[in-house]
Amino acid sequence: MTPLLTVRNLSVTYPTRTGIIEAVRGISFELGRERLGIVGESGSGKSQTGRAIMGLTPPPGIVRADALSFSGVDLLKAGPATWREMRGGRMAMILQDPKFSLNPVMTIGRQITETLRHHETISKREARRRALEMLEAVQIADPERVFSLYPHEVSGGMGQRAMIAMMLVCGPELLIADEPTSALDVTVQLEVLGILDRLVRDKGMGLIFISHDLRLVSSFCDRVLVMYAGRIVEELATADLASATHPYTRGLLDCTPKIGESRHPLPVLERRKEWAA
Amino acid sequence: MTDPSSPASESWRDWLLTAEPHSRHQARLGRAYVTWRRFSENRLAVAGLLIIVALVLVAIFADLLAPHSATVGNLAGARLLPPGSPGFLLGTDDQGRDILSRLLVGSRITLAVVTLVAIIAAPVGLLIGTVSGFAGGYVDAVLMRITDIFLAFPKLILALAFVAALGPGIENAIIAIALTSWPPYARLARAETLGVRNSDYIAAVRLMGASPARIVIRHIMPMCLSSLIVRVTLDMAGIILTAAGLGFLGLGAQPPLPEWGTMIASGRRFILDQWWVATMPGIAILVVSLGFNLLGDGLRDALDPRGTGR
Amino acid sequence: MTIRIKHLSVTFDSFQALKSVSISVEKGESFGLVGESGSGKSTLLRAVAGLAPVGAGTIEVNGEALSGHWRSRAFRRAVQMVFQDPYASLHPRQTVDRQLLEPLAIHGIGDGEKRILKALDEVGLGSSFRFRYPHQLSGGQRQRVAIARALIVEPEILLLDEPTSALDASVQAEVLNLLEDVRSRHGLTYIMVSHDLGVVTHMCSRLAVMKSGEVVEALAAADLAGGRMVSDYTRRLMVASKGFSREASR
Repeated sequence: MTPLLTVRNLSVTYPTRTGIIEAVRGISFELGRERLGIVGESGSGKSQTGRAIMGLTPPPGIVRADALSFSGVDLLKAGPATWREMRGGRMAMILQDPKFSLNPVMTIGRQITETLRHHETISKREARRRALEMLEAVQIADPERVFSLYPHEVSGGMGQRAMIAMMLVCGPELLIADEPTSALDVTVQLEVLGILDRLVRDKGMGLIFISHDLRLVSSFCDRVLVMYAGRIVEELATADLASATHPYTRGLLDCTPKIGESRHPLPVLERRKEWAA
Repeated sequence: MTDPSSPASESWRDWLLTAEPHSRHQARLGRAYVTWRRFSENRLAVAGLLIIVALVLVAIFADLLAPHSATVGNLAGARLLPPGSPGFLLGTDDQGRDILSRLLVGSRITLAVVTLVAIIAAPVGLLIGTVSGFAGGYVDAVLMRITDIFLAFPKLILALAFVAALGPGIENAIIAIALTSWPPYARLARAETLGVRNSDYIAAVRLMGASPARIVIRHIMPMCLSSLIVRVTLDMAGIILTAAGLGFLGLGAQPPLPEWGTMIASGRRFILDQWWVATMPGIAILVVSLGFNLLGDGLRDALDPRGTGR
Repeated sequence: MTIRIKHLSVTFDSFQALKSVSISVEKGESFGLVGESGSGKSTLLRAVAGLAPVGAGTIEVNGEALSGHWRSRAFRRAVQMVFQDPYASLHPRQTVDRQLLEPLAIHGIGDGEKRILKALDEVGLGSSFRFRYPHQLSGGQRQRVAIARALIVEPEILLLDEPTSALDASVQAEVLNLLEDVRSRHGLTYIMVSHDLGVVTHMCSRLAVMKSGEVVEALAAADLAGGRMVSDYTRRLMVASKGFSREASR
């Protein structure tokens, strides 16, 4: 079965005044209709990977790869028109904080219908109906009321749900979620993840879940890629996480304080130069 | 194999750019050097800087550079000579005075005006703005209303009124311009202070028991300095023009002082036939204003707090 | 130094951030405040520090009642705070050295040179960090400088406002270890605010769970870990902290 997304030897570099920054250094993976988690700390390149796949690497960043294709479309050679068609329509991305990722001067409903009407030729009424349907699907209790609210008028959790609605309304095949719950309270996190879980399962989408929280990712995804300094240091199924072999993965697993355990002092990650080689 | 950069210059750069400075001095110089590098990448900004440096040098060495007297002219034989006449590079005015010499000596007045206004207006504006922004409440309201009053008047008109009240003369012109220049700086400083006031590092210093005066002077004012410096530099062109305007109206520098604006005023009568009498000082004002504008723009890019140090 | 807070209410404009909150912290204890956003936990900390407007209620530190925003000089030395965002808690235009000198200068403490070096050493930063600017430091290093700044005046109580939530997991472990080490060495009292139950149960012996400006439950960390909580809300927090599961999210 052909994979949904193929990434081979992807690298993202930024030329700066003081030298070249290599944010992503030659990573390769494939994604089918499954959930893949990409875990790393700040500077590991995980967010840059997500953005490169969506073609959202900001200038002066340069994206290079041997192969980067989604569902048969060669993303490396895609022109602006192809990208406009792909983004929102076939591939979607959810970002971390709805305060910053939703347009503050447009109502939530308008942002959702805008996405719809860009990708499909439908009437305003039909678009509104589909948008309301989507808001219901993300478990917003009063979709009509929320439809006409502005992003600053809703809580973080609701804003994130609105973002999910906006991104999934056209039924994309691939969803990249970049720290979708990091800005939310822990109980709200659970709700939002539940919604994401159900939607991904019902629509049979491929999901890339980018996060710094290894434990969260492993509870949500089927497979995990651990990134460090722009490279993938380990790739394993989440069921096998306890038997991870790379010292960085083991270190990440061990260093977080867990309820009920009493390890004083906490084991500290000893970074080794070879990992960044 | 020859090494193009000498080992001495390499080690200077390394010392300045080191990630582990060994003293306050080294750290501060290093930071200044990084800012300078950013500034000097902008060719136009460097051009502006060179113009201002030239202005300063000319002002200092005017007496040595001027071929003739700036105040006493040859009424009999050298009235209204065109540029290029032997001995008079830029021509002479209606009193037989060499225009080049007048411009050179007049640069002192221009520099004095600009420097004094900046020295008076900027600190006043900074103080009022930071105190207003930090104190809030009544103090803020009162200070800002006073600022609004000064801002409400068109600058030149208010300067005219002051000079008319105080009497004509370059000193009074400087005071008048300074009195009308400080309000924008106060506004700027207040805006910066409001942005900084609630940040954690100010809260931390407050928690240590710092008095409000200490917080404002040692912690908040340094944050306002970059924007203030940029704004003052960009305003300098306007200050020169205001001083020139006052001189043009006869309310600034009094003859025979070779202030550039006054020179334009007195050359107005001959503008059609002896264009150089009014135009040369006009070009001088243009060049210096341009220099300050370019310098200010360059400083703004180089001092951007978000980018500093990268 | 004991801290007793009784029926404290704090109101910002028309929003009541704290509604009659009462907690008490014994000397040398490590006390946690847990809650989600809007629970008022950070406001409580700031009220103790004198950074929040107190509407009603009393705060007593060592028997001495505190009022309003003013705090005595002795208080300012005995109580220090470490903030959440390492990128905002250090003055961007001052070197580490200058920022560590400031509290010494304010309190008129001499021996600046020696104390600065000792403070840097204690938080695991060498003297090579002394003259760097904050933008030349990583998040973890900045937080260490913030801790050094708090410790340099030899306080007795440290107020910690989510000190590690903005840090990477591996750096968090280092900073938490440092905080524990410092506490045991100097016999400090901690009040630590966090949204992370794992961090709070690790660092604190007792904790209070807050929601919407009220204390829902106060219990020992061991009880929380053992599932012996009284309130449903506390239980829900516990469950949510364990990560995602299909049953839990329904």
